[in-house]
Parts: sequence; C-alpha cells; structure tokens
Amino acid sequence: MPELFTKGMARNIYYGGGFFFLLLLLGLTLDTLRALPQRDHRENITESVARGKAVWEENNCIGCHSLMGEGAYFAPELGNVFDRYGNGSEEAFGQFMQAWMQMQPMPTEGRRKMPQFHLSQEQVDDLSAFLIWTSRINDNDWPPNREG
Amino acid sequence: MKFESQGVARPYFIFALLLFVGQILFGLIMGLQYIVGDFLFPYIPFNVARMVHTNLLIVWLLFGFMGASYYLVPEECDTELHSPWLARATFWVFAAAGVLTILGYLLVPYAELAKLTHNELLPTMGREFLEQPTITKIGIVIVCLAFIYNIGMTVLKGRKTVINMVLITGLVGLAVFFLFSFYNPDNLVLDKFFWWWVVHLWVEGVWELILGAILAFVLIKVTGVDREVIEKWLYVIIALALISGLIGMGHHYFWIGPGPYWLWLGSIFSALEPVPFFMMVLFAFRVVGQRRHQHGNRAATLWALGTAVMAFLGAGVWGFIHTLAPVNYYTHGSQITAAHGHLAFFGAYAMIVLCIISYAMPIMRGRPQGNGELSQKLEIFAFWTMCVSMIGITLALTVAGAWQVALQRLPEVGALSFMNTQAKLIPIFWVREAFGVVFALGLVAYLASFFVGSRVEAEAGHRVPAVS
Repeated sequence: MPELFTKGMARNIYYGGGFFFLLLLLGLTLDTLRALPQRDHRENITESVARGKAVWEENNCIGCHSLMGEGAYFAPELGNVFDRYGNGSEEAFGQFMQAWMQMQPMPTEGRRKMPQFHLSQEQVDDLSAFLIWTSRINDNDWPPNREG
Repeated sequence: MKFESQGVARPYFIFALLLFVGQILFGLIMGLQYIVGDFLFPYIPFNVARMVHTNLLIVWLLFGFMGASYYLVPEECDTELHSPWLARATFWVFAAAGVLTILGYLLVPYAELAKLTHNELLPTMGREFLEQPTITKIGIVIVCLAFIYNIGMTVLKGRKTVINMVLITGLVGLAVFFLFSFYNPDNLVLDKFFWWWVVHLWVEGVWELILGAILAFVLIKVTGVDREVIEKWLYVIIALALISGLIGMGHHYFWIGPGPYWLWLGSIFSALEPVPFFMMVLFAFRVVGQRRHQHGNRAATLWALGTAVMAFLGAGVWGFIHTLAPVNYYTHGSQITAAHGHLAFFGAYAMIVLCIISYAMPIMRGRPQGNGELSQKLEIFAFWTMCVSMIGITLALTVAGAWQVALQRLPEVGALSFMNTQAKLIPIFWVREAFGVVFALGLVAYLASFFVGSRVEAEAGHRVPAVS
C-alpha cells in the first residue's frame, strides 16, 4: 500500500527542520549579541561589580533568591532590590546592605532564615555594586511592581 | 538478555534509584522549610537542601540515561558493547564524584567548597543547577566522553537503527551543550543567555531525543509493533521537538536582557512545544493499541503510556499555561514555575528512566516476561501513587502560584511583599507537603516491588498468552 507520509519524509523533516532552526537560532544569537551592549550597559561593569558577582556566586545566593526571576523562589527577588530599598541613592543602599547582612540570621522563630555569611565590608560593597548594576539592565520592564 | 554486556546497565539503574530516594528526602525537607521557615536551620539551610535536591535529580537522570543506553544500544546494534570494562569503570568514577560533591554541599559551607576546589581559577559555581565545583564539572565531561566513546564505537560496529542514531545524537548534544557551563563571564546578561544553552537545550532539546529513543525502544519490545511504524513516529516527534524547542528558548529571554523580538519568537515557538508531547501520547496509545503480542511485563507498558501522558501534562500543558509573554510577565519566577518544573521533570524524565528500568531490570534478573504477579501489582500501585501525588503537588503549587501572582504581582498599588505573600500561602504549602509524603510512600512501594515475589513465580506466572 502506498503511503502518503513515508518514513523518509519524516526523517527529512527531522534533519532539515532541526538543521534549519539551529541555524536560525545561531543567527538570532548573533543579532542579540550585537544588540546587547546597548541593553546591558556593560560599560558600567566595574571591578567591584565583577567581584560582587563572584561573591553572589560563591555564597550560592541563587539557592534561595531569584535574580531577574531566575533561581529559587524561597526568598525575595533581588534583581530590583535596589529599586525597593535604595530610595534612588546608591549610598543609602550600600548602608542598608551593610546593616542587613550584619543582622542575619534574624531571630524571629519560624521565619525563613538567611545564614550569616561573614562577608567583609568590602565584599558587601561589591555585592551592592553588582545588585545596583543588575537593577539597571534593560529587561523589558520586569518585574511588574517593586515587590519583585 | 540478548547480550552479556547489557548487564553493565544494572549498577547504573540501582544507583539512580538510590539517588532518587535522596532527592525525595531533601524535597520533603524543603517542603517543610516552606512552612516552618527555620526547620533544620542552620544545619541544612534551604539553599543547601535545594542544591542537593536538584543536583541529585540531574545526576540520577544521567545515571538512568547511561544505564538505558548501555542496555538498549547493544541490543539495537545486535552486538556486544564495545567495552564493558570502561562502562564499569566510568560508573565508579561518576558515582564517587557524585557522592563527594553532595557530601561537599552538606558538610562545608558553599563558600568554603568554592575555596577548597579553587573556583577562582575557573569560576563556574553558584549558578542554578550548575552549582557543582569546577573539578566536578570537568569530571562530568570526562565521564560523558568515555560514555559516548563506548556507545559510539558500539554503534559503529553494529546495526545502525533509527533509535540508535537518535539516541546518540541526543547524547552528543547533551555533552556539547554542557560545555557552556564553563562559560561564566562577568556580564550577568551574557552569563544568563548562555546558561540557558545548557539548561533549556538539555531539557527542551536534546533530552527529548533521548526520551523519544528510549520510549520507542520499550514500545517496540512490549508491543512487537513493526519497527518501520515506530521509527516514523519517532522522527516526527523529535522533529517537532527541535523545531519548536530551539527557538522556543526565547521564552527564557523575555526578562533577562535580550531585545523585545524574543517576546514574540519565544511566545510563538514555545506555544508549539506541547505539540510533540501530544504526538507522543497519540504514538504511545496507538502503538499499544496495535500490539502484536501481550508482553508479560504489564508494568513496563503502563510506564510507557504514563510517561507520554505525564510528559504531555507537565512539559506541554503546564509549560503552555505560563509561556506566553503577557502571562509570563506576571508568573515569571513564581510558584507557577515550580509547579511546571515538578510535573515536567517527573513526567518526562524521571518516568522514562523508571520505564526503562521497569522493562530492563526484570530481564537482567532472569525474568524475560517481567516480574511476578504480586511484584507487578505493587509496582503498578506505586506508579499510580506517584503519578497522582505528583499531580497533587503540581496542582497545589499552581494554586500557590496563582495566589502569589494575585497578591504580589498584579496590584499596581498595595501589592504585598514577597515574604508577606509567602506567609499567606502556608496552608497550600501544607497540601503540597502532604502530597509529597504520599509520593515518598509511593516510592517506598516502588522499591519494595523489587523484593516481592520469587523468581520461580516470575517464571511460572507469565507464559506469553497467545495473540487473539
């Protein structure tokens, strides 16, 4: 019995389709990489921002928090924490962060706890710089409000 | 068992199941931490429990994929495995690396682990799912290379079936895309952009090829349906998976820096991602409906059907409900994401591994027509318990997510803070935890099914019934 849709056709769709869309993905990636410098304001990635990212990573902050909506959902979103607690002032945010990191873990019984990470003053400043830089990435206006 | 060397799969399957148990235990701990925030603090902080939970999942699935490959590739190739010795050696290397990494997470603070393993030389740690120390990542690459070499050489000298080719394409893709885990620039946007090349292109790309190949193999075996028919379906399914999934990656690029055209591309293509999963449901049911013989292993057939359905629900339906950009704007990073993650990983990947184990383990234990009556009954009971409770977990998380969005994301003024919202969700988190306990009981029943019923019963009880 002749078949309308043969295995050979299915195979060609797989190889042809897979290959075509992989190429399309590569093309779009190239285009995005060219457009990103205007959106990620990479010119503002200072030494401190870079060190702050390392502090963020080496303490596994993403294991509880989300950053730009990605990560764990156990603790608040931090991609916009500068907008939430900075009052528009980098200095005020820096002071807030020093105090905040110092007082962890908070003694409220039954509340979710953030560990004490024993960060140096400089490390906390770096972390603040990283979070401030992150809050200024053009992310199509996410999150919907400042609660994250 | 057709070939002696297929037996190397056995330790892979057993170890995968042990890690699965660990994953569920830590899941229960985290579920309780969502309710009693300081449970086990500071001994097992949430971030550690989560890292153990997700990393155990990834590693046990990899063990499962490897076991599946070692079992099915020689049979498909109609030849012995290239090097059973290498397969056994890589098992111990991978198992040791896995155990040491998990112990590292549990026994020292993460920052200490980063220091001990010299993360500063090539910083790759501290990113979701890729928390492993760099040295572990290098170990994973070495194990994967040895594994693919072994499988590749076997395929080269043997019969090149469609299942083999699709499987090996998926495995090579798995190894290649993992290499992006070593790219971690200072620029968070670039970091995130290529992080998805591991995570998305694994679970919504090449892993679907592996899933399709394993499912097709089991269906051929338990139904006896003509290979030509099954191969055609397999091609269509994986073609649709790649066509929708590659550009579908755009649904992760909505809110992390890339430009607005991804809102359109991501929405449209990822909206198509349920299609291959729906085809998989049609495929599984049609093939089982057209079966040429009634295989004695009814449990394995059930797992095959169940995988297709649960993967469609978890990856397809629950993916779709929050994949369109206007919806995702409000649901991104909420408990909706967690709901989808749980049902998709269980339905697609955990279940396909349990499916091949259900088919292959009895054969490796000298029961070609499946386990005995009692054992299969218990396994089928465990199947339903785990599936129903996972749907319970998913529904609870979906309600939690919807409520979270309503309280925290939707209001323009007077939105609740994250922590206050979470406090309101505690009753739902209790429901989730209760279903989690049921799931754990289902897992206990599943494991018990391996020890129920004797070999004699297995052989006596399951003569192949004649085809009607």
